[in-house]
Amino acid sequence: MMLQVEGINTYYRKSHILQDVSFSVEAGEVVALLGRNGVGKTTSLRSVMGLTAPRNGSIRFQDREVAGQAPYVMAKAGMAYMPDDLKIFPDLTCEENLEIARRLSGRDGYWNQGRVEELFPVLGDRRKQLGILLSGGEKKMLGMGRALMANPDMILLDEPSEGLAPLVVDHLAAVIEAIRDKGITLLLADQNLKFCRRVCGRGYILEKGRVVHADTIAAIWDDEAVIKQYLAL
Amino acid sequence: MNLESLVHVCLAGLSTGMFIWLVASGLTLIFGVLGVLNFAHGSFYMLGAYCAFTALKLMGGNFWLGLLVGPLVVCAVGFVIERFFLRHVYGLELPYQLLLTFAFVLLFDNLVKIIWGAGSIGSPSVPGLSGSVNILGRFFPVYNLFIIVVGPLVALGLWALIEKTWYGRIIRAASTEREMAAAIGVRVPALFTGVFVFGTWLGAVGGALAVPYIGLLTPGMGEAIIIEAFVVAVIGGLGSLKGAFLGALVIGLLSSFGTRFLPAFDMFLTFILMAAVLLWRPQGFFGKAV
Ligand SMILES: Nc1ncnc2c1ncn2[C@@H]1O[C@H](COP(=O)(O)OP(=O)(O)OP(=O)(O)O)[C@@H](O)[C@H]1O
Ligand SMILES: [Mg+2]
Repeated sequence: MMLQVEGINTYYRKSHILQDVSFSVEAGEVVALLGRNGVGKTTSLRSVMGLTAPRNGSIRFQDREVAGQAPYVMAKAGMAYMPDDLKIFPDLTCEENLEIARRLSGRDGYWNQGRVEELFPVLGDRRKQLGILLSGGEKKMLGMGRALMANPDMILLDEPSEGLAPLVVDHLAAVIEAIRDKGITLLLADQNLKFCRRVCGRGYILEKGRVVHADTIAAIWDDEAVIKQYLAL
Repeated sequence: MNLESLVHVCLAGLSTGMFIWLVASGLTLIFGVLGVLNFAHGSFYMLGAYCAFTALKLMGGNFWLGLLVGPLVVCAVGFVIERFFLRHVYGLELPYQLLLTFAFVLLFDNLVKIIWGAGSIGSPSVPGLSGSVNILGRFFPVYNLFIIVVGPLVALGLWALIEKTWYGRIIRAASTEREMAAAIGVRVPALFTGVFVFGTWLGAVGGALAVPYIGLLTPGMGEAIIIEAFVVAVIGGLGSLKGAFLGALVIGLLSSFGTRFLPAFDMFLTFILMAAVLLWRPQGFFGKAV
């Protein structure tokens, strides 16, 4: 098992956000966390990454208990994270944003500057441009590229398809498949079921901080009652 | 006003400015990276001066040894403050940080009185840098020229550290996106300790260098300089080293010309300038717009 989350409870100060959340991801899978706004998708990813430690429960990453570990420990253990707002380092160039992630991870492998620029050619064109001056779409690609540069075993992607034009979403789906084919396990938090159907095998639906439904994406896609109850706007 | 006085007023302003810069640099670095306004920075300046003085006395009067050893002792103090106290208020609002660091100001002022006594201590001169040189027919202290050279060297060193080195890149990343830096593998708490201790060292070096400059050590000597350093940091744009350097130059020159032409106004001019800058550009010269 790549990642196994069991019964975690996560709080922001006094508010109890995640309530006994459990989910798991096998090596090589692409899994989605689904659900409406504010149900706890981002908080789930942050709990795994160690950015908001769960108060109790267990998180096993590659068969090692990591609940409550500092984010840098997770990064060095092979977990990468792309936040929904990307958090591109504004004072660093595109190239430096990538390079710093590679060097800090201390992990070498398939992904390097050249391979990432092959995957996202625009990052090659913007190599010397400061992070703050990139467009939203460019930032998203840089966010994904930066995650890849750590040569992680697993990547957490928050809202990868949000804000992208339909054609770009197509490209993103192809990119995610390419990343998976290179052996990286992915956990996505996304609201776009159509997009998730193309790239994910399974999905967990969250509602008010709890996992309320788990199935293959294909089955969720066909289940009108579940879509109406938990996903439709 | 003739050329000689103009040159001399400028030189005096430059040396004053470079002194403020030495203190403002550490203050600004710490604010820029950790986001903490450290009132106790003036105490580091004072402790730097006293520790350098004592080190100098203990080691046969060698100023350079004192300059080396004194600030290192203060670094240990900075380490303890960050590691065991400040770390716990990063997540809290500004007033908590100010209260905590101000508590240290009071503590250190008293500590200095206990260890070194409440009176002033005269300081020795620096061999090789004592005396004056004749510039356009008037005398100017060699030591002040030395400070005019040291200030820009420190600025250059800091610029190179932050813009050209690997640690600088990590500092730039962590100062703008703390969480993301952690998520790609930066040990942020350790980095913060390191930056705080380095900022402490800068303040303490400022104090150690002040020993021959001001000639007298007094408990509370950190307070006057920290106010000027704050003014400089604010008009330069809080957290901007470039801004602090420029701000220090402007304030130094302004106070020097003020002393020469409007002696009654003195600090008044400084605060007028600060008010003007804040009205015209609230974020300071190089601060990020809020
Ligand atoms: N820093 C915070 N402090 C307090 N409450 C928070 C904080 N961040 C999120 N929350 C609350 O936690 C709940 C879950 O938020 P979360 O961001 O995990 O939802 P989400 O499923 O990612 O939503 P979205 O689809 O809008 O991104 C929400 O009710 C939100 O208001
Ligand atoms: Mg979210």
